[in-house]
Amino acid sequence: MAAHLKKRVYEEFTKVVQQQQEEIATKKLRLTKPSKSAALHIDLCKATSPADALQYLLQFARKPVEAESVEGVVRILLEHYYKENDPSVRLKIASLLGLLSKTAGFSPDCIIDDAINILQNEKSHQVLAQLLDTLLAIGTKLPENQAIQTRLVDVACKHLTDTSHGVRNKCLQLLGNLGSLEKSITKDTEGLTARDVQKIIGDYFSDQDPRVRTAAIKAMLQLHERGLKLHQTIYNQACKLLSDDYEQVRSAAVQLIWVISQLYPESIVPIPSSNEEIRLVDDAFGKICHMVSDGSWVVRVQAAKLLGSMEQVSSHFLEQTLDKKLMSDLRRKRTAHERAKELYSSGEFSSGRKWGDDAPKEEIDTGAVNLIESGACGAFVHGLEDEMYEVRIAAVEALCMLAQSSPSFAEKCLDFLVDMFNDEIEEVRLQSIHTMRKISNNITLREDQLDTVLAVLEDSSRDIREALHELLCCTNVSTKEGIHLALVELLKNLTKYPTDRDSIWKCLKFLGSRHPTLVLPLVPELLSTHPFFDTAEPDMDDPAYIAVLVLIFNAAKTCPTMPALFSDHTFRHYAYLRDSLSHLVPALRLPGRKLVSPAVSPNITPHEDPSQQFLQQSLERVYSLQHLDPQGAQELLEFTIRDLQRLGELQSELAGVADFSAAYLRCQLLLIKALQEKLWNVAAPLYLKQSDLASAAAKQIMEETYKMEFMYSGVDNKQVVIIHHMRLQAKALQLIVTARTTRGVDPLFGMCEKFLQEVDFFQRCFIADLPHLQDSFVDKLLDLMPRLMTSKPAEVVKILQTMLRQSTFLHLPLPEQIHKASATIIEPAGESDNPLRFTSGLVVALDVDATLEHVQDPQNTVKIQVLYPDGQAQMIHPKPADFRNPGPGRHRLITQVYLSHTAWTEPCQVEVRLLLAYNSSARIPKSPWMESGEVSPQVETSIEGTIPFSKPVKVYIMPKPARR
Amino acid sequence: MPEIRVTPLGAGQDVGRSCILVSIAGKNVMLDCGMHMGFNDDRRFPDFSYITQNGRLTDFLDCVIISHFHLDHCGALPYFSEMVGYDGPIYMTHPTQAICPILLEDYRKIAVDKKGEANFFTSQMIKDCMKKVVAVHLHQTVQVDDELEIKAYYAGHVLGAAMFQIKVGSESVVYTGDYNMTPDRHLGAAWIDKCRPNLLITESTYATTIRDSKRCRERDFLKKVHETVERGGKVLIPVFALGRAQELCILLETFWERMNLKVPIYFSTGLTEKANHYYKLFITWTNQKIRKTFVQRNMFEFKHIKAFDRAFADNPGPMVVFATPGMLHAGQSLQIFRKWAGNEKNMVIMPGYCVQGTVGHKILSGQRKLEMEGRQVLEVKMQVEYMSFSAHADAKGIMQLVGQAEPERVLLVHGEAKKMEFLRQKIEQEFRVSCYMPANGETVTLPTSPSIPVGISLGLLKREMAQGLLPEAKKPRLLHGTLVMKDSSFRLVSSEQALKELGLAEHQLRFTCRVHLQDTRKEQETALRVYSHLKSTLKDHCVQHLPDGSVTVESILIQAAAHSEDPGTKVLLVSWTYQDEELGSFLTALLKKGLPQAPS
Repeated sequence: MAAHLKKRVYEEFTKVVQQQQEEIATKKLRLTKPSKSAALHIDLCKATSPADALQYLLQFARKPVEAESVEGVVRILLEHYYKENDPSVRLKIASLLGLLSKTAGFSPDCIIDDAINILQNEKSHQVLAQLLDTLLAIGTKLPENQAIQTRLVDVACKHLTDTSHGVRNKCLQLLGNLGSLEKSITKDTEGLTARDVQKIIGDYFSDQDPRVRTAAIKAMLQLHERGLKLHQTIYNQACKLLSDDYEQVRSAAVQLIWVISQLYPESIVPIPSSNEEIRLVDDAFGKICHMVSDGSWVVRVQAAKLLGSMEQVSSHFLEQTLDKKLMSDLRRKRTAHERAKELYSSGEFSSGRKWGDDAPKEEIDTGAVNLIESGACGAFVHGLEDEMYEVRIAAVEALCMLAQSSPSFAEKCLDFLVDMFNDEIEEVRLQSIHTMRKISNNITLREDQLDTVLAVLEDSSRDIREALHELLCCTNVSTKEGIHLALVELLKNLTKYPTDRDSIWKCLKFLGSRHPTLVLPLVPELLSTHPFFDTAEPDMDDPAYIAVLVLIFNAAKTCPTMPALFSDHTFRHYAYLRDSLSHLVPALRLPGRKLVSPAVSPNITPHEDPSQQFLQQSLERVYSLQHLDPQGAQELLEFTIRDLQRLGELQSELAGVADFSAAYLRCQLLLIKALQEKLWNVAAPLYLKQSDLASAAAKQIMEETYKMEFMYSGVDNKQVVIIHHMRLQAKALQLIVTARTTRGVDPLFGMCEKFLQEVDFFQRCFIADLPHLQDSFVDKLLDLMPRLMTSKPAEVVKILQTMLRQSTFLHLPLPEQIHKASATIIEPAGESDNPLRFTSGLVVALDVDATLEHVQDPQNTVKIQVLYPDGQAQMIHPKPADFRNPGPGRHRLITQVYLSHTAWTEPCQVEVRLLLAYNSSARIPKSPWMESGEVSPQVETSIEGTIPFSKPVKVYIMPKPARR
Repeated sequence: MPEIRVTPLGAGQDVGRSCILVSIAGKNVMLDCGMHMGFNDDRRFPDFSYITQNGRLTDFLDCVIISHFHLDHCGALPYFSEMVGYDGPIYMTHPTQAICPILLEDYRKIAVDKKGEANFFTSQMIKDCMKKVVAVHLHQTVQVDDELEIKAYYAGHVLGAAMFQIKVGSESVVYTGDYNMTPDRHLGAAWIDKCRPNLLITESTYATTIRDSKRCRERDFLKKVHETVERGGKVLIPVFALGRAQELCILLETFWERMNLKVPIYFSTGLTEKANHYYKLFITWTNQKIRKTFVQRNMFEFKHIKAFDRAFADNPGPMVVFATPGMLHAGQSLQIFRKWAGNEKNMVIMPGYCVQGTVGHKILSGQRKLEMEGRQVLEVKMQVEYMSFSAHADAKGIMQLVGQAEPERVLLVHGEAKKMEFLRQKIEQEFRVSCYMPANGETVTLPTSPSIPVGISLGLLKREMAQGLLPEAKKPRLLHGTLVMKDSSFRLVSSEQALKELGLAEHQLRFTCRVHLQDTRKEQETALRVYSHLKSTLKDHCVQHLPDGSVTVESILIQAAAHSEDPGTKVLLVSWTYQDEELGSFLTALLKKGLPQAPS
């Protein structure tokens, strides 16, 4: 309603509009059409110079146009187009036509004739190009209309011979987007109209302008993207383009070759200058490998990236990419990797200091050495030592993808990945560590490789170290020396960087459970037990000792003989650690003792039906509460909520679902309670105090609904409707309460208006789901909507009140997977008694380290709040780069928070907590005008409200007065 | 016949004293002016008397180009310019210009002060020589004179190393100097665009080697140093003061920092500080990593590497020392080597190429007993390691550069003859371009076919364009026009315009030809038959039957007449202008075959 009112105000500049509006009130929207185009028309007529006209057009372009009025606007624009002599204005008009034809709900087939018409008479190349662009927009809008498509393709073909590269570019783009291949085959019989688009585009591969060549290749790729199958014939043409002078052409050609290789991997192509033949995918692979040593780094990145996705290539070729065929002075030489491997297998580890052990061995036949055309030879070796780190990262990624699909290749590329751990750029090192982790299932590290890997533990970057810990969690080590080495290095790491404690313990937990048999022989040494003498009991608080114990206990879980080697205090320490660090220390079957934890949980998990059933049953019971008396309903709800909460605590897998449904039931309970209040029966206006409970309930329901909507991952549209519905009820309740407590009608006007707007919004957003909401509050509300619109606030309130009472309780369908977002702040720990001292007015940086679980899009939603003792609250938006994603559903926030305050007399605690920001209007679909970028920047990431979702941590700070 | 002549005065089938003379389109350019490490007599400098016997060098040479600051590329420069006498411009890049005099001064000191040579160039001469230098930027086109222009490309190898393109008109030569195709810790990789020169003169130090990945090399090097130091041994790394030295310094510095090692690292010469200063300045010439991080910390500000004092060599305990020169042929590195050679715990790592005749070359080839000056015999017990940290392109890199530049011909210098031979074969085989490898003093003459630019009138071009279909890129096309040569300018204009300009009248040239046809019918009918025949065959042309009985095809006229003697034979008179020669001869050939039998 308010929206309409507003519009009415704006419309007042023409009288005609006003009059009509009074006559037929329902057609208000349509009425904007004449005014819009008329205004434009007037403006354009007023324009005295082309610059003026351009200004008007630019202004016009800033505002969106409704679908109904598009056609009128288009007509006016076209009219001016014919009259206009200045090419820049025509250009703008042409671009506006394209933009307008994209408007949702407008069918552009009516302007296509005009567009083609003006195209034929246009002389300016720029305007021509823009018009073709407009045609492209129209064509993509009407993908079904074959006749128009053919017509447009014809137009494009006609202008392909234009002398300007811009026009040819657009023509090719048009062909790529609208042309088709199949049609040409079926229509071949008809003769002239059929056009083999691929052939036409292919002809422009040899255009004189590199931009046109690029456009031609892109058009070809576009055809492929639209699902048309390209013919293999262009393969040779594309191969020729690989040696083009211009990098953008080469870059596009690499893509095209990749596409063809994916389409026809198995067809056979001849090798030039010999009569052998190979598979196309192998040939393409060789060619793309060759491009890894191209002169332009853009092409190199492109080539390296694409290599990763060529999985059908034969292993023979694949393995060549890691072999550079070394030679020295014409003799074959082994690589350092080969030598290291040989040394290792001959049992002689890490000597490597014989003079000339890398001396080249056999003579090479000079004729057989191919220096340049060796195809795939050493492509990755080149890629991994490229100057630009972008290329190196792409190469590492490609290695990762190929290694995941081929275990033998994974084994071979290991050495190269390990070498990348020494790269000078941290990003590359990190990437290669991650890659290694991803392929770690396929590989076992040799000791010398492990040595190089472990050397990186001394890296000063925390990310690198943690990535490495993750890697060690899932690597296979071959010998007990390897395990020992890893443990020693990890302990060294622990003393050097004590903050890594948790990560190292976790790492050792997995290392232990993966290699029980390798740990077994190490146990006496690690625990420093002695067959005869009792050794001193180690310090239980020593993180290093705990680390060793974590390793041993986890290994002992699957190795029953191990506990026999423990000494007395080890058992005591076990009991202590099992309690204090239960996530790191598993339950052990210790000799002579009861099992520490009854072995119940593992048996039950496979068939968790009982608890699942219980959940279902209790929910079903609740949904039948319609028929109970209010008192009974309340009790039942209370019981069920309690049950669900307890269930969530017991069964961690069901915690999300249980919490979610409990929250919903709680809302319902609050609503019922609020409506049961005696006070509704009092006719007189209420005092504030009396309405306390009802308004508090409304507020709480609102809060709960926001939590339900934004704190759970896996919530889909079905649930969102119900949640919104609940919120609507809460809002209605609020309205009623305010209506009863306030005197005077004026403030109510606004509130009613707002509420009806909300209802309208609800209807628009969830129009598809309305049928599911039979008999609900909203269903009834919408029935009465016309009446509500016209009635006075007091009446509205009355209607709402009765409807709230009558409305039924909606069944909440449970999603399959639902998880509650949670966060834990690891640092600051909040234990320190030493206040953080800083001079008032200056800032102090506080390191914050937190883990987030099941948070969607944390970069935009997670905020940090700092609460000062004076009640002042500060919200901090962490940088997107501060979030790391160590695993699915998990995020890690490592950032710094800057604190500042005026001087205090003594230290005090500030609270730090994490907030989840939400914005419910983000669900509204946007119009194409918004995307076009010409519109005023609308703040999309505006925050509507926040939900705290972590326990607050207290930090002791002390701002000192500045010394003068 | 235009030609390019190339004569290496040094570095022809050899490494050291690079000096190559190039004559291109009447311009003479000298590329590099280096000294030879292996000799201490006259042979160390190129034989400049070859250039001109008794004229002034300045009159003969148009310019001198120095590719980088290594002494085997610039060592003879003061001798050449001041003692032999050359006053023309000398081109080099900015870092080379900055660092070159430091090295020359160092070289002079060793030669004069240590060896006591007389008749050597003086410090003043170095200064005077450097005054003649013109510095160039990367990718900057410098006009030496009206016709000769040069352009520098990045070459890796050492700071400021450049490849030069020398261009006169449409003829060009690219000289690579020394270059490296794999990037390292402080320099990027060489790069050149597809400039398609007539000749590419490339170095070929590692013509027969394909190197392992640099990462293995780096790791190997660090491991060897680390192990020796942990055992308490001393490590000697002979380097040339600039170039590899900085690379290895960065490598060790970062390793020391990461591993938190405390063993001292020393760098021997005093000139390092000065040179390092320049390294800090010329950040734009380094690789991506250093360029991106120098704002936080300039990588050339070393924390762990300190200056070396002669007394330190006798200190107990482990240490790492970088000492000059790199081939162990003189100076501090040789002194330290003598002191440490006896202990098997110590290690010497040769990071680069060693010329024959130097101590470095001897120990690398496995010699364990060395004869030193004064008949002393030095037994080498320390470990000798060779690590190819030399920043030259390997065979694959050379081929890659040739592929990038796409030259018409390749010429190899700066390498050993035997190895060059292999690479020469490979280049000829893979790229199908001829490849040369002249020895010192040997001249290679290459004929060129320079393209001559001709101006064309726009009208003619547009007319010709309109006639044919779209011009196909890169394909030659036939064009009718008149070439007008006037005051050494060439223009292509339409014939009408040429006639007008020259004030000549147009002559018409017509060919006529008689074709005898066996036809008993009347002339008119024959003409009609000819008309219908041509009409059916020549669909694309305009065939007309004129009222006077003649047939025209475009501008060709065909008339039928009865034979004067034989009434059964008709004579067809075909006449066409010179411009329609093609069509005319086609028509006569067609008519000579006879007409198809008309349906009677």
